[in-house]
Amino acid sequence: MFYREAGDFKTTYADDSQTFPIKFDRYRYYLVLAVAFGVIPFIINDYWANAVLLPFLIYAIAAIGLNILVGYAGQVSLGSGGFMAVGAYATYKLMTSFPDVNIFFHVIIAGGITALVGVMFGLPSLRIKGFYLAVSTLAAQFFLVWLFNRVPWFYNYSASGQISSPERTVFGYAVTGPNAETWVAYLFCLVFVTISAIIARNLTRGASGRRWMAIRDMDIAAEIIGVNPLKAKLTAFAVSSFFIGIAGALFFAVYLGSAEVGDTFGTTKSFLLLFMVIIGGLGSIFGSFAGAAFLVVLPVLLKNVLVAGLGWPTDTAAHLEILIIGGLIITFLIAEPHGLAQLWRVAKEKLRLWPFPH
Amino acid sequence: MSDTFLYGIEVVMNGLMAGVLYALVALGFVLIYKASGIFNYAQGVMALFAALTLVGIMEGQVPFSHLINAIFGTNIHHFGWEVPAILAIFLTMGVMVLFAYLVQRFVFRHLVGQEPIILFMATIGLAYFLEGFGDLMWGSEIKKLDIGLVQGASVWFEDLTSGLGGDGFYGFYIDVLDVTAAVVAVILVVSLTLFSQYSKQGRAMRAVADDHQAALSVGISLNFIWILVWSIAGFVALVAGIMWGAKSGVQFSLSLIALKALPVLMLGGFTSIPGAIVGGLIIGVGEKLFEFMIGPMIGGATEAWFAYVLALVFLVFRPQGLFGDKIIERV
Amino acid sequence: MKLKLATLALGAMMATGPVMAELVFPSLAYRTGPFAAGGIPFADGYSDYFTLLNARDGGIGGVMTAVPECETAYNTEKGVECYEALKGDGALVFQPLSTGITYQLIPKTTADDIPMHTMGYGRTSAKNGKVFSHTFNYPVNYWDGASVGVNHFKEQAGGSLEGKKITLLHFNGSYGKEPIPTLEALAAQEGFDLTIIPIDYPGQEQKSQWLQIRREKPDYILFWGWGVMNQVAVQEAVNIRYPMDQFMGIWWSGSENDVMPAGAGADGYKAIAFHNVGSDFAVFGDIQKYVVDAGTAAGDGSNVGTVLYNRGVYAAFLAAEAAKTAQAMSGTMDINASQMRDAMEALEITEAKMAAAGLAGFGPEFSVSCENHGGPGMAAIAQWNATDQKWSLITEFGPSDSSIVNPLIEADSAAYAAENNIAERCN
Repeated sequence: MFYREAGDFKTTYADDSQTFPIKFDRYRYYLVLAVAFGVIPFIINDYWANAVLLPFLIYAIAAIGLNILVGYAGQVSLGSGGFMAVGAYATYKLMTSFPDVNIFFHVIIAGGITALVGVMFGLPSLRIKGFYLAVSTLAAQFFLVWLFNRVPWFYNYSASGQISSPERTVFGYAVTGPNAETWVAYLFCLVFVTISAIIARNLTRGASGRRWMAIRDMDIAAEIIGVNPLKAKLTAFAVSSFFIGIAGALFFAVYLGSAEVGDTFGTTKSFLLLFMVIIGGLGSIFGSFAGAAFLVVLPVLLKNVLVAGLGWPTDTAAHLEILIIGGLIITFLIAEPHGLAQLWRVAKEKLRLWPFPH
Repeated sequence: MSDTFLYGIEVVMNGLMAGVLYALVALGFVLIYKASGIFNYAQGVMALFAALTLVGIMEGQVPFSHLINAIFGTNIHHFGWEVPAILAIFLTMGVMVLFAYLVQRFVFRHLVGQEPIILFMATIGLAYFLEGFGDLMWGSEIKKLDIGLVQGASVWFEDLTSGLGGDGFYGFYIDVLDVTAAVVAVILVVSLTLFSQYSKQGRAMRAVADDHQAALSVGISLNFIWILVWSIAGFVALVAGIMWGAKSGVQFSLSLIALKALPVLMLGGFTSIPGAIVGGLIIGVGEKLFEFMIGPMIGGATEAWFAYVLALVFLVFRPQGLFGDKIIERV
Repeated sequence: MKLKLATLALGAMMATGPVMAELVFPSLAYRTGPFAAGGIPFADGYSDYFTLLNARDGGIGGVMTAVPECETAYNTEKGVECYEALKGDGALVFQPLSTGITYQLIPKTTADDIPMHTMGYGRTSAKNGKVFSHTFNYPVNYWDGASVGVNHFKEQAGGSLEGKKITLLHFNGSYGKEPIPTLEALAAQEGFDLTIIPIDYPGQEQKSQWLQIRREKPDYILFWGWGVMNQVAVQEAVNIRYPMDQFMGIWWSGSENDVMPAGAGADGYKAIAFHNVGSDFAVFGDIQKYVVDAGTAAGDGSNVGTVLYNRGVYAAFLAAEAAKTAQAMSGTMDINASQMRDAMEALEITEAKMAAAGLAGFGPEFSVSCENHGGPGMAAIAQWNATDQKWSLITEFGPSDSSIVNPLIEADSAAYAAENNIAERCN
């Protein structure tokens, strides 16, 4: 019924190789975009924006970035928190040093700086593999956190080492700072999410994406058929860190407004991002969104049900909350080890035939 | 001998002691990884849970009292009895065995043959679950763990060695608790080695570690072995929980000691028990010495990252860790 | 099934409670996570005091109070969620109880016109009301604390710290770094050597730091720690047999939780305090009678009278007094956040007010003004007695060295004002 290819004839190569070749899928995609850009900004309120939508969008960018590294290139990384910190501190330094440049460019440049740092910490991946690599990326995590905490230049010599984002505008609307309207902040992040997702999607189905996947599936075989592992692995680190850096920049400047490195970008963040990617589905852009949504929305939902709905004490509710999240993660893995993205794929298959059984 | 040199030796000795404590945590990881290929992220939380359970049993706390009070509006928290430490340790061990059984029965039996990263993820889910469960069961207040372990400086050793240096030297400082921990760790490793070399179950365990399929075909029950391994890891977690908990009280942060064990694992190799010990010692001494010599110059608090960087440097030369199984790649 | 029914019934009971005008004092508590041990007693005290006001006096000025609680787990993102969830319900004043959340809420509360009270934590330079209009940190801040601590050492050393060695052992994060500028200025003025030793979160392992202390033998140690760091530091100090009466923590490192695990060895450990300790105050009798015995206490009642519980009660008392002031100033009983802010700026805490609340001599007398949101910065020194298992104040509330602290506050707030284009108020 849905997602049918029947009757959808492609007459040009461009048509045939577009991102969403199935008509129904394409229209659904346009609908999502239309709602996200055209409807939500008008009905958004502070609570929804700050508790759910902004973190969801920003984590989605970071998850896309990490998914490129872990899901497509097969290099497990636990350094994402540190890379987000690089993005955040880079934007802070840029924002305060060049107040006249538009923040849009600051965020992009911050992503570029993070990409450089990412490549540097990606070098050991040429020798180290699997869990050994995962643990060794923690070296990047801890070192970067220590560095930003230690060197006062990064936080402009303030007494406590906290960084706060000053007010910056885009087209005359404040995006950061206390007077930023939520819909502006939301749209600003949404633009970045959309662009990141499009870039990531096209990178991963192009030549570079195929190289990454070859490395992931078996690096020696990939090397034999002519994929340069040095280049493939380092580009994966670079692209991944670029997105994670952008996410870090937005996380600090737009969402939180102030940050302290150990508190905001600690190991918990690295682990959280990895959970998102695995629960969402390795090697899937949609999975990155699904994973981010799952881990952002679920705690808020559980909290509201348990505390506001049932009137339980907050501590019992909080304990129960992580217990349930843990339980759900295990249940999901047992039911579908390939993540939410796989569930979605299965659902699509079912919808295609529905309501007929064969 | 100059005082600085003597203090350097003191730092090395304390680094060795700290290394033993790290190794104790790392040991739990290695056991499970070797037998089932699972990188068990929940090891730290298991230490916390074991310590919480031990204190809870010793003090006669009512499990889930917060939840019961919240639902029924009652106000209960203690049974009003106290359990002696030895008995409590045995009871806690029973709880950990039960835990091992449940984990095997409800989680990993359903995930046999999955990719390592999925199994890793499952242990993270387990860590969340166990953390929430432990807090719900025993509450999240800080608890004092007192099973009669002595701690503090060894005065005898200090007096013995104070003559070595000048006036500025006090003698070597060694914490009695650390010595106890080291002795316990040595006993643990020796008995684990004996167990795996000479007992029937131990040999079966090694067979499983070598080759699952072959072990199955000669009639070894994988299920039983995995429960056994998780129980032993639970016991190691309990020991680690006691040693660390005696110093700081039992509370959430205990679960973060897993982060101290990861560089040890990298360095020693995920699959080697001696590797965990040697790795622990190298990391312990390395980070303490670095903090002692370089730390003051660059602002201190270097231990968190130095351990990882040190392990990373080793890995670049030996990608499977010092004692890990050689990685053989076939195409 | 039984369980489900019981919860449903409970939920229904809560939901159908009568709706009336309420004074809302949200509590951003943390009863879980790495700092739960410190967060629980504070949250209990804060909530119990308002429960007492409701049960004994029928609320404040005849209007009942409500303390909706939101769990932050000391996590900034959850703090944002809590703030957004609670600010709509007519919240009068926020107490974020975390430095990270404070920094984040300073601009937000200002934009939303809701006052924020960071009692003994948060951004020190928020004392300058000319720049920080909606943030209050009376009665004391970290820089006052550092100064009072050094003053005490000076007294202990017989009047001069010339040539003495003082070590600052601190949490390696914004909270722990706060006192460094003050101590550096004081070191220059008093002529002592300052060594700074950071400890990384969580602080479970501090062997290196304490070996360094043992080597360098500082005359005094000031300690800024929180969470497990406290227990380990006190234990390690006992282990190296450092004289405990020369080891002093800030008020967040001076509760029963921190010294109990170390047992008898912790005897003599000192802490800076800005309110009184113990349960010999009339208010605790009332709490026992109206709250704990009535079964409406937030915790199990075992925390009553502990240092952090008292701090929660004190925070609630200051908030309630500000609400009373707001009612008197605006002439209406059902005040809003803006009126609350104005009242906090005109707050005066007198001995008479404290006595009326059953807290005679609990804290120093002070008043807040438009320029000064931080009060006079009075603090006292408390000492732990391991035999009686009790903290007690060993000094009067004394002032900090304002010639050191004030210029630093001016400079830091001016930098903030310049970075964010804030014009000075109160002129």
